[in-house]
Amino acid sequence: MRHTLAVLVENRPGVLSHVAGLFARRGYNIESLVVGETEDKTVSRITLVVEGDERVIEQVSKQLNKQIEVIKVNDITNEETVDRQMLLLKVTADQAARQEILQLMEIFRCRVVDIGRRSLIIEATGDEGKLEAVTQSLRPFGIKELVRTGKVAMVRGPK
Amino acid sequence: MESGAEILVKCLESEGVEVIFGYPGGAALEIFDALQKSKQIRNILVRHEQGAAHAANGYARVSGKVGVCLATSGPGATNLITGVATAYMDSIPMVIITGQVPSGMVGTDAFQEVDITGISDPISKHNYLVKDTKDLPRIVKEAFYIAKSGRPGPVLIDIPKDVAASLVEYKEYSRVDLRGYKPNLTGHKGQVKQVVQLITKAQRPLFCAGGGVISAQAEKELLFLAEKLQAPVVSTMMGLGSIPREHPLSLGMLGTYGLARANQATQACDLFIALGMRFDDRVTGNTQKFAPQAKIIHIDIDTAEIGKNVRADVPLVGDLKIILKQIMECLDCSKKEAWWPEVEAEVARQQANEKANENKKGKAKEQAGGRELADEVHPAEVITALNRVLPPEAIITTDVGQHQIWAAQGLNLQKPRTFISSGGLGTMGYGIPAAVGAQVAFPQRPVVVITGDGSFQMGMPELGTCLEEDLPLKIIIFNNRTLGMVKQLQDHYCEGRHVSVSFRKQPEFQYIARAYGALGLCVQKKAELSEKLAQLMRHPGLAVLEIVLAAEHNVYPMVLAGKGLDEMVSEVCVVR
Repeated sequence: MRHTLAVLVENRPGVLSHVAGLFARRGYNIESLVVGETEDKTVSRITLVVEGDERVIEQVSKQLNKQIEVIKVNDITNEETVDRQMLLLKVTADQAARQEILQLMEIFRCRVVDIGRRSLIIEATGDEGKLEAVTQSLRPFGIKELVRTGKVAMVRGPK
Repeated sequence: MESGAEILVKCLESEGVEVIFGYPGGAALEIFDALQKSKQIRNILVRHEQGAAHAANGYARVSGKVGVCLATSGPGATNLITGVATAYMDSIPMVIITGQVPSGMVGTDAFQEVDITGISDPISKHNYLVKDTKDLPRIVKEAFYIAKSGRPGPVLIDIPKDVAASLVEYKEYSRVDLRGYKPNLTGHKGQVKQVVQLITKAQRPLFCAGGGVISAQAEKELLFLAEKLQAPVVSTMMGLGSIPREHPLSLGMLGTYGLARANQATQACDLFIALGMRFDDRVTGNTQKFAPQAKIIHIDIDTAEIGKNVRADVPLVGDLKIILKQIMECLDCSKKEAWWPEVEAEVARQQANEKANENKKGKAKEQAGGRELADEVHPAEVITALNRVLPPEAIITTDVGQHQIWAAQGLNLQKPRTFISSGGLGTMGYGIPAAVGAQVAFPQRPVVVITGDGSFQMGMPELGTCLEEDLPLKIIIFNNRTLGMVKQLQDHYCEGRHVSVSFRKQPEFQYIARAYGALGLCVQKKAELSEKLAQLMRHPGLAVLEIVLAAEHNVYPMVLAGKGLDEMVSEVCVVR
């Protein structure tokens, strides 16, 4: 099963490599990893998506906790969360197709952030399902380039 | 204003450091220069950086203090690495200091530059690359705190040359505050209650003492509980010495090369109480078949060890000494009926049977023109002879291989911190440098190295350190002209095809000893053993005793891959 871990770490150089290295050498698979500063400048938050059964995830969490620079590990898989990923996609769009693409993007509430002579860059934000749908809908036009961030997530409510 | 190197030395002094094992080099010039001015710290020059790391390890293990070693950048640092990994696997508190190329050159593949923090990352508890001289007091303080607290381990500090050279105002750093590192010491009350309930209910409880018993100094508490319950105690290799070997409740080492009675007791117990151990595969054999009748209580300071290899019915995280005291306070139950004599009797019966079979086989072999072994020394006899001459305070270090297992199985250890061996990593070449560290910590106590002909040749350079520092180690070489443990594995797993395990030509070990100003002795025949051993121990200085053994002897009992601890093979089953 896929788990989402929110890991608070010291905001210092080298910490990310400690965390990433841990996954490699213990044989765990990271599906995605996003890191960034938090409201406290001395703390970064790493949002990890990891595949594994309960035992594996328990070990991952414990090994993460063992790192001196890791402040807190939260498994938020079963929490009510808001989660988002971002997608940038360059799609082939000649005059004939352009209108259709723009309409599609309206439906998905995506934004066109760059217009070229023969292509458009689309920015999409959402959960995994939405980004998958956006990608599928644009595939027939010809996808020239695609980049995606990993997932960031936040637990709903006052917690 | 003081230089970074001077500040480093000050910080080390305030941590109570008395000895550093080191090897100099260009990137560490400033540090050595500052070290030489210290009145408190003795700097011991080793012959190879790996020796420095192992010596710091041996020093830490016998003294209970943090061991410190120092090397230069690049090859100096990489040579330490096997020693760092050895300490990491055995949870030994160490601080490792390495010189580094100047900050401005880091990342340029400069002369003698390696990314030692990157390299040591997976094998150290923590590491630091010092970027600003002002950070040194904080980093050294944290390093020592991290190394010795919680589950101990090695911490590396990499110091660029310019950081060691630049001048700043020294400001003492006194309070360590790491929000991501707060070891939990006291056991959870509810869990303690559950443990007590399980112990009260158990009919056949068994304690298993790991290295954690020794590092937490919980030997007295263990003995108290074991005696109160009349529950026997088995030990992992790292736990040897935590209970006197001859204590009636001590069953010795368990595991794939453990004693039959310890393994059978493990398989027969109904409650296995694991103390400061991590269920290494050399301890459990096949985990599916491990202690099949038992509920398992796992007490350890490291949460990540709970449930890693073997499921625990009740886990308890914290400092072992504190937790055992908590248990003692709550435990109100009478002695258990002695259950293990039955196990021991059964083991004795089996062994008598095997002996009888062996004798029959031996006679047949003799008649078939087999070699007469009656004159030759049997390895077990060396251990028995040692037990006769060694005082209880003697420190024994070993290398890795058959001699190590014979020692672990048979030595009559009476005190903690007297058996020093590379348990987790199994590092050949550990014995002599570890003994260097032990002898430096306790100049008055006898320090004996039990080694093999293979391991000796890996640790040999440190004889130079012994010579220079007048360290009177007593080194005993089990010479079977073979890498015996690998040969034994080839006997069992490669249908007896022996590859790269025989030394067809070997140096004269006595002459090597003499070249280093040591007494060199050799035993060829059984009859000479006790006299030569006495001569070795009597000699006031460094001495080496080579004992020539037949290569045929293997270590038994042995649990083959995939088998449970009760499925041991013994001598009789050997493929020849």
